[in-house]
Amino acid sequence: MSQRKRSRGSGLTQGDDEDFSVVPTQSPSQVQRNLESRSQEEINRKVTELVQFLLVKDQKKIPIKRVDILKKVIREYKDVYSEIVNRAGRTLQQVFGLQMVEIDTKHHIYILTSTLPRVEGENLKQDIQTAKLGLLIVILSFIFMKGNSAKDSAVWEFLRRLRVHPGEKHEVFGDVKKLVMEEFVRQKYLEITPIPLTDPPEFNFQWGPRAAKETSKKDILSFVAKMQKKEPSFWISQYNEAKANT
Amino acid sequence: MAAQMSDAHRRFLQVLMSHGIMEGAEARKLHRCCCEISKAYYAQDKLDDFVSTINNQLQPLFMQIRKGMSEVDGRTHYALVNMAETEITKMASDYAENELELFRKTMDLIILSENGFASSTDILNSADQLKTKKMKKKEAEQVLKIFVDDKWLSERNGEYTLHTRCIMEMEQYILSTYPDIAKKCNICHSLAIQSQACETCGTGMHLPCVGKYFKTQSRPRCPQCNDFWPYEIPDRSRIDSQSSSRRVSRRELQSL
Repeated sequence: MSQRKRSRGSGLTQGDDEDFSVVPTQSPSQVQRNLESRSQEEINRKVTELVQFLLVKDQKKIPIKRVDILKKVIREYKDVYSEIVNRAGRTLQQVFGLQMVEIDTKHHIYILTSTLPRVEGENLKQDIQTAKLGLLIVILSFIFMKGNSAKDSAVWEFLRRLRVHPGEKHEVFGDVKKLVMEEFVRQKYLEITPIPLTDPPEFNFQWGPRAAKETSKKDILSFVAKMQKKEPSFWISQYNEAKANT
Repeated sequence: MAAQMSDAHRRFLQVLMSHGIMEGAEARKLHRCCCEISKAYYAQDKLDDFVSTINNQLQPLFMQIRKGMSEVDGRTHYALVNMAETEITKMASDYAENELELFRKTMDLIILSENGFASSTDILNSADQLKTKKMKKKEAEQVLKIFVDDKWLSERNGEYTLHTRCIMEMEQYILSTYPDIAKKCNICHSLAIQSQACETCGTGMHLPCVGKYFKTQSRPRCPQCNDFWPYEIPDRSRIDSQSSSRRVSRRELQSL
């Protein structure tokens, strides 16, 4: 079976003048006509490429931009973009139990989330990733309990009590400051915004869009409750907020 | 008849995908957990059937869950591999051009070496001569660490070899890219990066395969040319293969 060699993932190809930020809006009959001009095999190949592309990006927790999808995968098949994306979505669901979720509707950025019912104690990846997620959950909890937003000084003070210091190299996390302020932000788990008119600059910590999609206030509150050996309802406003959120 | 794809299968696939590669025992445990969670029928010891069902769905996507053997301890591993690649495309979207070039150079060094290992010194020296974009030693060290974290390389005592996952993923690519140099194990006929090779006829075998093959023989001989096998036979229960590649001295050989 012959397969076209898949193009390199990174970097622009020569003479790439097309504007990949815009997807042409088409009527369904137009899409149908475009579809008919391409062979099934060609479309299937593009669907497969897109599925692989999405999976690879998501394994690294890198949010996927529509611009990149168009530029690196869809390319000259722009006219059947919606068909390819829909089919890729169906494949992701059917085979992997994953779905594409748009976390930024303005810039069209996506992540993949699991559609399978979530279970407590599920081991996704038992290594450094688990440890990092543990740290992340602790930070998310702190932010939620503080009313959905916390100042960086408060977060670091809290972590200091857990013997995690931004200045020191941590034996598990390494450069913690980089992990928290760069990696978690890039992965859309945290949103860290500078507070204006502060000198030295201070930052505001909030949940990022991925955190909101991959966990819930209810789960985080349960976690806190378990840690403190209390009932979730002990924290009245957070409990109500968590309940309203589901 | 292949079973239907279910949430149990999907859950298994999600977890395997996030690990990249899993040991046989871990995979069996995961199989049981996934069936329990989804309240699906659990057929004990039917992991391979379970995996076949998933593979039927993965085939049109040019992906497969493959079984492979670790060259270090001989244990079975399961990995999700990409079948469509004629080059290291899977890595292409994860790494920069010069990082990929460094990986290829590292792979060259590993495959051309006697023992399947490349020293970090040699790798770092080649970082200096990259055609795409030169890399300083410090940066190259970090990139190597990422390759290890991502399970493309394994590190031992400052030397690097290919991770089991990498070998499983790129076996076809390696065999076709290094047709005269890459060795196949005489016993299991899979690609062998680390191996013991007969000094007379060059026949090579994986260390775990050597252990299995020579288990009952008191005077090990090459299966091809019948010459004395000059190496220490790896003990099946031992995981560390470093000393197993040690050549047996004449005196030790005579006392066998």
